Amino acid sequence: MALASPASTVLNNVEAVRTTLYEALKSDERTLVLGEDVGARGNVFLITKGFIEEFGPERVIDTPLAEASIAGIAIGMAMEGLRPIAEIQFADFIYPAFNQIVGEAAKTRYRSNGDYTCPLVIRTPYGGGVRGALSHSVSIEALFYHVPGLKIVAPSFPADVKGLLNAAIDDPDPVLFLEHKKTYRLVRGEVPNGHYTIPIGRADVKHPGDQLTVVSYGLYVHQAIEAAKRLDGESLSAEVIDLRSIRPMDRQTILESIRKTRKLLIIHEDNKFGGIGAEISAMVVEEAFFDLDAPIRRLCGPDVPAMGYAATLEEEFMISTDRMAEAMREMIRF
Amino acid sequence: MAKAISTPALERHGLTDDQLRWMLRNMYLQRTLDNRGFQLNRQGKIPFATGSEGHEGIHAGAALAFERGHDILVPYYRDMGLCVGIGMPVLQVLLSMFARAQDVSGGRQFPNHYSYHSLGILSISSIIAAHCPHAVGAAYAMKLRKENGRAVLCTFGDGSTSEGEWHESVNFAAVHGLPIVFLCENNEWAISTPRANQMAIENVIDKAPGYGLPGVKVDGSDPIATYAVMKEALGRARDGGGPTLVEATCYRFLAHTTDDDDRTYRTREEIERHRHLDPVPRFEALLLEWGILSSDDASAMKKDVLAEVNAATDEAEALPFPKPEELYTNVYEGPYEPWL
Repeated sequence: MALASPASTVLNNVEAVRTTLYEALKSDERTLVLGEDVGARGNVFLITKGFIEEFGPERVIDTPLAEASIAGIAIGMAMEGLRPIAEIQFADFIYPAFNQIVGEAAKTRYRSNGDYTCPLVIRTPYGGGVRGALSHSVSIEALFYHVPGLKIVAPSFPADVKGLLNAAIDDPDPVLFLEHKKTYRLVRGEVPNGHYTIPIGRADVKHPGDQLTVVSYGLYVHQAIEAAKRLDGESLSAEVIDLRSIRPMDRQTILESIRKTRKLLIIHEDNKFGGIGAEISAMVVEEAFFDLDAPIRRLCGPDVPAMGYAATLEEEFMISTDRMAEAMREMIRF
Repeated sequence: MAKAISTPALERHGLTDDQLRWMLRNMYLQRTLDNRGFQLNRQGKIPFATGSEGHEGIHAGAALAFERGHDILVPYYRDMGLCVGIGMPVLQVLLSMFARAQDVSGGRQFPNHYSYHSLGILSISSIIAAHCPHAVGAAYAMKLRKENGRAVLCTFGDGSTSEGEWHESVNFAAVHGLPIVFLCENNEWAISTPRANQMAIENVIDKAPGYGLPGVKVDGSDPIATYAVMKEALGRARDGGGPTLVEATCYRFLAHTTDDDDRTYRTREEIERHRHLDPVPRFEALLLEWGILSSDDASAMKKDVLAEVNAATDEAEALPFPKPEELYTNVYEGPYEPWL
């Protein structure tokens, strides 16, 4: 008698990405991965370890160190019917590929009026708190979320990572898939077995509450949930929404929550000026100004070029769970 | 590894009379369409045009070497003649100039930025050399799928070879031995910047040995020589022999675009000094000399071309612009509600 296979497995975020990529390569011969050190090394976080042996160097491509063409070559592959999953080793290295992503991938369908499409995934680890200094810590989402034609997702729970990465791979348009590197091994969770997708563009209420809406994504979602749990013990109630998708953005879930809680706190690691929070804030003021009982507040990375290598500099940049909890208390008591 | 060849058109490289006449007609067509774009712009009927006067030999030769239905073309904006040469309808050129709804891009793209999936012409932007990695990706797809007998033709100007993406593309293609031909249409000018300010070397193909692929230089004013070089290079690519860099020389007789005034950076005398390179009268004289056609035949061919271009002009002009609501389509697959 065969043992019933379990419905889910506990994975961390590295394993969730790895499993999803593996299943994609296994099930669809149009898929391939390309990037720096994805082959023999198996990616610097070991996400693609063993892939080159199983799928061969033709579908697990160790590219030359040239980010613009990693994105650009993937675009050409996508235009010619493959389903490339490109990797930029660290989000900080994506700048040379900016034109290919913004000027080319995002506009392929539009400029050809649908004659050509660009079903492409670009994955990249971002974010700080890992002593990554100036060039291994940045958040890049605000540099790209201005661009129609692109989709951007930044899930940080293993089950969301798998569902959204599957959705990104299936998507007929280019998707920038952001993985917060500090959550890679820090966060574990149940991940359903087998293929499933989570629609791009849907946020998720990770912690229900009724006195304050907290919108966040990435590493800080986990801290915000932790802070909200502390508040629960103080008879204060904050609802934490994990944005998951940055573009398109789930305005409905945010607005529904605000109409209930009447207060909004936005928390993100990327710096405040022109960040995702600015857009959410503007949207809420346009759509729900009279539902608000307090000024919107944004708790964000400071407006400095980057977090420094020194522990003191990094800690000053990053937002602690204590600070989050305090901001939540202040808002609820307003 | 790089080699330069200069083949005065002394031999036919196996081309039939019909093929030679086809090339001449294609060159007349290009010249006529170029003139039409500038005329329409000066008449105030279209906002912008770009010409390729001087490139006709390259386009006719390369188009004949291209295998329709198999090869993929990733052109740049000076390749109108090449696109028409591989089968794109003349009407599409005019639809693009007039920005009409029936244009493949639906009136979105600048003139000469074609996309024609059914012919294997990839959509391009105006960003110099940004299309080169796309060509390489397409060639990789062919190789991965073991589609022997297919190749990618990627074209660009001399200025493109300064762009990082050009170098990255050529390098990657050489590393993977991809079925692709990089064709540089070296017309000596990148808008106002002459080749000497673009590179410290004499020839674009001097860059080829650094990447480990063969480089071949050819007189692009000569369509037969260009055809011969392109046939060999594309044939090698289709047969699994890897990429080639071809440099086809020519001279850009027109300003960069209708918005450019080339008197600000080059003399009329310089242009006249290059007039002997004009591929259209040169090739016409050669075919007359070879007895491939008579001067009456040539006149009739020109008239026929003009009639075709006039008819396409009238047809395109009479067609409607895209509807304003078309602005919101094809942003993503499926319905899209932009945030207004």
